Formats: sequence, structure tokens, C-alpha cells
Amino acid sequence: MSLTRSRIPEDEQKPRGIAPEQKPKLTKAERKQRRRGGWLDAFSRENLADTIFTGYLPIFVALIIIVLPLAWMVSSSFKPPSEIVTLNPTLLPQDPSADNYQSVVDRVPLLTMFGNSIYVTLVGSVIKVFLAVTTAYALVFIRVPGKNFIFLGILVALMVPPEVSMLPNYLTITSLGGRDTLWGIILPGLGTAFGTFLLRQHFMALPKEMFEAAELDGAGHIRKLFQIAAPVSIPAIATVGLVTVVNEWNSFLWPLVITGSAEKMTLPVGLNLLQSVESQAGSYGILMAGAVIVIVPMLVIFAALQKYIVAGLTQGSVK
Amino acid sequence: MSSATQTELDQTRKRAHRRRLSKDWSLFLLFAGPNILLILAFIYYPLFSNMYYSTLDWRLGSSSATQIGLENYADFFTSDSGLEVWRVTGIFTAGAVLGSMVLGLLIALVLNKKIPGKTVARTAVFSPYVLSGVGVAMVWNFIFDPTRGGLAHILDFFGFDSPEWYLNEDWSLTMVIIVYVWKNLGYCAVVFLAGLQSIPKDLIEAATIDRAGPVRRFFSITLPLLTPTVFFLLVTNILFSMTNAFDILRTMTPTGHGTNTIIFEIYLQSFGAYQRAGYSAAIAVVLFFTLFFITAVQLRFVERKVHYS
Repeated sequence: MSLTRSRIPEDEQKPRGIAPEQKPKLTKAERKQRRRGGWLDAFSRENLADTIFTGYLPIFVALIIIVLPLAWMVSSSFKPPSEIVTLNPTLLPQDPSADNYQSVVDRVPLLTMFGNSIYVTLVGSVIKVFLAVTTAYALVFIRVPGKNFIFLGILVALMVPPEVSMLPNYLTITSLGGRDTLWGIILPGLGTAFGTFLLRQHFMALPKEMFEAAELDGAGHIRKLFQIAAPVSIPAIATVGLVTVVNEWNSFLWPLVITGSAEKMTLPVGLNLLQSVESQAGSYGILMAGAVIVIVPMLVIFAALQKYIVAGLTQGSVK
Repeated sequence: MSSATQTELDQTRKRAHRRRLSKDWSLFLLFAGPNILLILAFIYYPLFSNMYYSTLDWRLGSSSATQIGLENYADFFTSDSGLEVWRVTGIFTAGAVLGSMVLGLLIALVLNKKIPGKTVARTAVFSPYVLSGVGVAMVWNFIFDPTRGGLAHILDFFGFDSPEWYLNEDWSLTMVIIVYVWKNLGYCAVVFLAGLQSIPKDLIEAATIDRAGPVRRFFSITLPLLTPTVFFLLVTNILFSMTNAFDILRTMTPTGHGTNTIIFEIYLQSFGAYQRAGYSAAIAVVLFFTLFFITAVQLRFVERKVHYS
């Protein structure tokens, strides 16, 4: 490596191979300086301009673009119609009121829909996570011939989007009498490929020794699953659970297809209905109130548990 | 030991093995059976029944259907409306994938700097990805409103008229791409950030010592080392943008004029105004094989990458 044009001061430039003990000294000094500076380094005189113009300024722009629409939504949900149609809108409502939320409740059975969403999300997620845990355990620990073939079949299922199976599932569920029912919303989504896949990877990484003591005690698979494999995998199971909750809560296509009456709709479908009945000028406030109700619960869950959710949703990217 | 007892022993062993195997099988089915059954009934059965429906000329809800062979497929690949779906899907996918990857990479590069507060920024940027597409689309409907929307006010401030986002089909498509990118770029940023952080710091430092500028460093070191991440994101984004955008499309443009990508068309044809269930099933089959092809290509390449590293 040529150092002749580097910024290192003259007296520290040494030809290659001479006095190798000099180099660690330099990095040690560097490290010390870095340790002393820590994050304050970003604000040192030489870095300050860089930190502001290529750091905070773009971050600020990105945050404006991400946060402003959501702030606009919350603010508008408290604005009366006159402040919505005005030509000089303000960021904050001048005369805040919760009338829009009352209007949502008047137009659609909001509480019922909210309850439906919670019911579908909780029941669907609990069953899906349970099935994912048991399936993943079976695929890793129970020795039967051909289970890799079964796993391959589950992998292919992971790839099939709900749009592809929508029409046949609509016919199946309708013939079972599940149209416009909550179980009809839940049932077709219960088979889980994503959770199975993720937990299988996790179980495969568990050390085999962990199970040896239990095996000597004569523990069967059921005990090994519920007393060892599941308890040590709580973070992974939580990740699967949270990703499932997010997906179930936001799910739109299937509930839209299978429900007909407002009393059986989940929130996204209910909002779709609200949007189709509220189409005149001043009604954006009502629609924003509706959007708040479906968006804010997920924002809260995400803010509290983002570590698990981000890890689950970006699975496969980091090998 | 006589040969008679040997065969007897063999048989007992075989019987024991078979008994264990059948016990293992019943346990396996107890554990994995329900999930496998559900996947068969609600993912695999639809896949194959779609292939049957796709050969029918059939209105949803009607009891009569006529066999028309592969006419639905021919229709989808040759008719003007079918080709329009391919055009819209192509533009939407290209715009959505490029937009979220380029912006996501830019944000990741900034978040990769050693500055305080970047964890909070990362969380905020990722957050739209977990929000309801319907809710998000309703918010953007308000923002894009040509007379009362926030964007119209901003454009007005700079002396521009708002485009007719909802009346002009090209603007409609642009609009839904923007919203999709907004919702998706945090995902790309977080994955890129993980990729950036796996690049050895000394390589960048060495280049800095060699007086390579930031642009040069990015194109000769960072980007080449980031290719596995770029490729992963390219494939997942193509798959996601082809399958995940339904809620945004349906909420912002309910009739699908100018925004009927392949997934939206499947819905519109069976449950929308057209009620052509057979045609819709044919499109679903085509979509499945398209996704299958993309995934297969990805698996081949990913394998190579693993061997490479």
C-alpha cells in the first residue's frame, strides 16, 4: 500500500516492514481518541459540517416525508369540515373537536368492527403461531422419511399470494356456510408457511445436548416441545407472533371478499365502506378519524416491540 | 449363533423399527398434520382448481359454465385489455422497486453514519411498512386531492396546478407508485443498512487513506460488496410489489382505471364489475407461474452467492 500521498504526518510514515510495533501504537491512540470522543465525535469541529449536511439534513427530510402524512392524518381527524375545505389549511386544528370520531360511529358500526378486528387478529394469530411451533418442531425433531419433501411443499406455499387462492377459497368457504362470518374470515389463513419456515430455522440451530437430559428421563416429544424447545425459543416465537398480528390486523383482500354485512367486517373493510359512503367535500375529517383508528394501534405496537417486528419482517436478508 | 435365530432377531428388529416408525408418523401427523391439511385445502387445492376454472367461460354465481379450453389464456396474452394489464404491472413494478430501492439505499447510507439519534430515525422510517394499506391509502387520498389536498396546497404555493391524479390514468399510476414507495422504502432502508454494516470498516478506511472520495468509495467498494443485498432486495421487492399492493390500489382507485396490475385484475375480473371468474382464474394461474419463475431464479443465484462467500 502506498502511503506517500496519505495524510499521515511525515514522521509517522515508515517504509513497509520496518518497526511494525509502531502501527498498533497509532491505532491504539486512534482508538483511545475515539473512545474518549464516542458519539461526540460527530460534533467535533472537523465532522460537524459533514454530520449536518450529509447526516441530519437528509434524515430530517426523510422524517418529514414519513411523519408529515401521519401527523396530517391525526390533525385533520380533529378538524371540523370548515377547516378541511379551507384554502388556507393549518397544520394544527384551530378548533379541535372529536366530532369526526362520533361521525364515524354514526356511519358504520365502528365498535363492532373494532371488536371483529381484534377477535380475528387474536384468534387467527394464536392458532397460527401454535401450528407453526408444532409443525416446525415435527419437521426438525421427529424422524420420518420424506419430511424434507413436506418442507419443500410448505416452502412453495409460502410463495402463493392470497390473490391466487381467493376465488376457489371463496367458493369453498361459501359452500361451508362461512360467508359473512368471522370464522369464514379466519379459517383459510390458518395454514402457516411463514411461521413454520422461520421457526424451523430457529429449532435447527438449537444445540442437541439441550434435549439429552430430558431424553434420559424418558421424556417424549410433547414434553420436549413444551418444556424445552418452546420455552427457549420465546423471542423467535414472539417475532412470528408479532408479524402475524401485523398481517392479520392489516389484512384486506380476503375479509373484503368474504364479508357482506357491516356487522361482520374487520376495520380495513369497514373503512373501505366508510370511504364509499363519505365522498363529499368536508368528509375527509371523518375518513382521517377512521384511518387513525386502524393505523394508531399498529403504530403503538410497533413502537413498543419494533425490535422483534423488524427482525421478523426482514427475515432472510441477513444470512 | 444359528442362522434361524439370526433371522428371528432380524425380524424382531424390523418389527421394532416399523413400530417406532409408525409411532413417529402418528406423532408427526399430530404435530404437523393440521397445518399441512390447512395448507393443502386453502393453498394447494385452490392452485389446482384454478387451473380447472381457467378453462371455463363462467360468471361468478352462475350455475352454468362452458368449456372453452385455453381461450382465457389466449385472451389475457393477446387482447388489448390483457396487454394493458401487463403494461400497468410492468410500470408499477419497475417504479415501485426502483423507487423504494434507490431511496432506501440513500436513507441507509445516511443512517450508517455514526450520529446520535439514528436508531429513532430508523424506527420511524420503517414504521409505514407495518401500517394498514387501506388506512395509509385513505390518508394519501386526502393529500392527493386536487383541490383540498395537502399536496395541492404545496404545489399552489410554488405556483403549480395540481395534476388530475384521479382523472388522468397515467397520473393515477404515478400516484399509487408514490404511495407504495412511501410505505415500502423503510423495509429497503433497514435491509440495506444491515448489508452496509456487514462491510468491513478497514476497507473503507484504507480507501479513505488512499484519498478516494466518498463517491468513488461508494461505487468501487460499498456497492460491489453490497451486490448480494441489492440482488436479494431486487427479487423480494419484485415479488412484494406484484402481490402486496392490493389494498393501496383498491382504496385509491376503486375502479382500477390505469392501475389494474395483475393482482388487482384478478379481483376486478371475478368480484368487480366484469364477473368473469374463469378469466380471473387464468390470470391467477399465470401470476403463480410468474412468481414461481422469479423465485426459482433467485434460489439459483442465492446458492451461488453462498458458495462465493
